[in-house]
Amino acid sequence: MSRAWVDLVYLIAAVLFILGLKGLTHPRTAVRGNLMGAVAMLLAVLVTLVDQQVLGAGVFGYFLIFLGMAIGTGIGVWLAITIRLESMPELVALFNGLGGAASFVVAGAYVWANDHSGPEAIGLEISFATAASGLIGAVTLTGSLVAFAKLAGHPLLKKMPLIPNSTVVNAIAGGVTLLLALLCAVSRSYDLWFWVLVLASLGLGYCLTISIGGADMPVVIALLNSYSGLAAAATGFVLENNVLIIAGSLVGASGLILTQIMCKAMNRSLTNVLFGTLGPTGDTKDADEVYQNVKATGPDEVAMLLDVARRVVIVPGYGMAVAQAQHAVRDLANFLMDKGIEVEYGIHPVAGRMPGHMNVLLAEADIPYELLKEMDEINTSMEQTDVCLVIGANDTVNPDARQANSAIAGMPIIDADKARTCVVIKRSLSPGFAGIPNPLFSADNALMLFADGKQAVLDILSALKEG
Amino acid sequence: MFYALHLLAASTAANPLVLGLTIFALAIFVGIEIITKIPPTLHTPLMSGSNAISGITLVGAVLASGEYPGFAKLLGFIAIILATINVVGGFLVTHRMLEKFKSR
Repeated sequence: MSRAWVDLVYLIAAVLFILGLKGLTHPRTAVRGNLMGAVAMLLAVLVTLVDQQVLGAGVFGYFLIFLGMAIGTGIGVWLAITIRLESMPELVALFNGLGGAASFVVAGAYVWANDHSGPEAIGLEISFATAASGLIGAVTLTGSLVAFAKLAGHPLLKKMPLIPNSTVVNAIAGGVTLLLALLCAVSRSYDLWFWVLVLASLGLGYCLTISIGGADMPVVIALLNSYSGLAAAATGFVLENNVLIIAGSLVGASGLILTQIMCKAMNRSLTNVLFGTLGPTGDTKDADEVYQNVKATGPDEVAMLLDVARRVVIVPGYGMAVAQAQHAVRDLANFLMDKGIEVEYGIHPVAGRMPGHMNVLLAEADIPYELLKEMDEINTSMEQTDVCLVIGANDTVNPDARQANSAIAGMPIIDADKARTCVVIKRSLSPGFAGIPNPLFSADNALMLFADGKQAVLDILSALKEG
Repeated sequence: MFYALHLLAASTAANPLVLGLTIFALAIFVGIEIITKIPPTLHTPLMSGSNAISGITLVGAVLASGEYPGFAKLLGFIAIILATINVVGGFLVTHRMLEKFKSR
């Protein structure tokens, strides 16, 4: 098929990608949106198979192409079907890395086939795109693999060396790699240098992500998501292929927006998340001092409180995911709702380890999405709430964020302390990711239930059923 | 730099780089407009779905594997495997997740 026809089909695919993403703006149309994206991909791949450039590949060429697709499909389907929904963050990170790898390998193939010196040398525009693809793609691969290992809690990670003076090392690694990319791009003669650049970028990806962890993970994942799109777009420039440029930049934009939303939800700049440190400031109060008036409670007392409540708000955090408490939480909420009590969930944007982590977990437990309220919405009704049940959340409900001299000053929080009674289910008084004590735990209207999240919720439910 | 300027000035036909950049810039804006409307509830499916879309490199991998000779063909083959895992796994896992988002 001639280039013009192929490009027209690519245009249809691009439109379908955009409509598909648009479908994701509402849970009702989201399934259809995702299918549209898949159809767009199928169209783009099918028309590429009959592209003139590929038609000359011969029987062996087509055999290789179909073999590759069959292997990839097998592995992809196996991963997607066997994974438990709780492990979704690490799977997304893994897929992300593979996408980045595919981008720089394609750029590498282009270099190998077209690297000539003299007048036939790669044009300067394409040379820059090639360097960009190698750099971004490789950073995406190792960055995503580190993120994958961190999210999965892989034991190998503990053996990995931590980098001392990581800010300095990162700056040097970043500088050297950028310089290398620039030299490659300007010299237009790649030879083995492309792979040296890839190797350096692989190292850079590792350096940049190995020192980031915990609550900063959502930002890293969103950023890597953006990189994988940009790498695809860069490869699009290498091959002068519009559908790669369009789809890649859509994903790039998507990741950037998510990164921005995540940073805003922590009131931190992207540079601060990537290179800065978070920890107690000089003004941080001593934990013993803050926790003088902590009142511990038991499941029976919490059950009594819930029994007479009219409105209950559940605020989940990463601890709920760790304790796998989502199904128990659903049973408790259903029991309360059957008694006519109003139950809603307050979801902080950075709760969990990836954007929207809590929503997926709760959806997996068949909790209707209408009950999941965003932070701003739930905060308006917090004062009319009888019991706020905080499960495994810490920094996202820390009222210290309202103090100007706090380590998390200005971070928007869920106003759990404004409910009439706040019950915090947590295993201990240990600090969250920010490393500072939480005055909510010793507030006059707060009760601490020290237990594993899942067990505590089950105990409360059985106490309710008996009473 | 001078080479780039020279390239820009040399031809009256549309320069492929400029054309590509135009598409890139416009697509970024379209992306931003759509994505800002996506509710936080769907942020995880958005990430895995857009992630699957970034597997569009599969098209590039097929072109490379079909067109180039020798070692470059092998690289294309490897890229096809990687990108297909990304595409198939990404769309499938997004579908699994979205099916869980139920209404009352």
